[in-house]
Amino acid sequence: MEKVIAGKTIHVNEEGFMTDFKEWDNTIGEALAVENEISLTPRHWEILNYIQTEYKNEVPLSIRKIGKSGVVDIKEFYQLFPKAPLKTATKIAGIPKPASCI
Amino acid sequence: MSENKGEIKKMMIILSKATLENVYAAFVLANGARMEGIEAEMFFTFFGLEAVHKKKMNSLHIATVGNPAMHIPTLVGGLPGMEALATTMMKKEMAKIDMPEVSEFLEILADSGVRMWACKLAMDMFHFKKEDLFEGVEEVITVGDFYKKSEGEGVHMLFI
Repeated sequence: MEKVIAGKTIHVNEEGFMTDFKEWDNTIGEALAVENEISLTPRHWEILNYIQTEYKNEVPLSIRKIGKSGVVDIKEFYQLFPKAPLKTATKIAGIPKPASCI
Repeated sequence: MSENKGEIKKMMIILSKATLENVYAAFVLANGARMEGIEAEMFFTFFGLEAVHKKKMNSLHIATVGNPAMHIPTLVGGLPGMEALATTMMKKEMAKIDMPEVSEFLEILADSGVRMWACKLAMDMFHFKKEDLFEGVEEVITVGDFYKKSEGEGVHMLFI
């Protein structure tokens, strides 16, 4: 479905995840963060950039992998994105929800 | 009465077994809850205590006897070395799907905010001390204490 955010039209699925990463830009990221009650700091952006790079390289994401990334540990990840961190971070980053159980 | 539309807010997971497949099931469910923004607490009782016992946690086995999904005759499953063999095979498969070892999984759970408790009765029975357990286990508590912690709306309890 279509959704207008930050003055632009994007395509999202029923859970609100963007379906076309090419439509994403920083202002959309900011607006999606506000929707998810996160105020983005430079630390958040480091993580968002990391997961976007992993996505572009087609590396599947999991909590364990994030913890071993060297970018952030699991504890801080949960502090920065308190509710469902991997889900929230991928949603803000404009990439699909990871199909991971661990 | 307020209506919460069936939303799951907290999972209380009781682990009473030490077979690898049960331990992993409990861990994946607890971790999966946290990943979805659901609170999770674990209560380790009876053999489940081995999953948080520092000296035992990384040498847990899967069950080859009394486990029909193994598809081997019970007698064969009972032969010496069968459990170790089956466990090695399963661990190899788990490594392929990025499944951590028990000790690392416990760290992930603790860092993800899963609260862990040990059962007082079982601790006494096995003569375990709090120091024998993984540091993430906050306290040794009674069943009554555990029920108290389970109060609230949208709390679900699971026995493994």
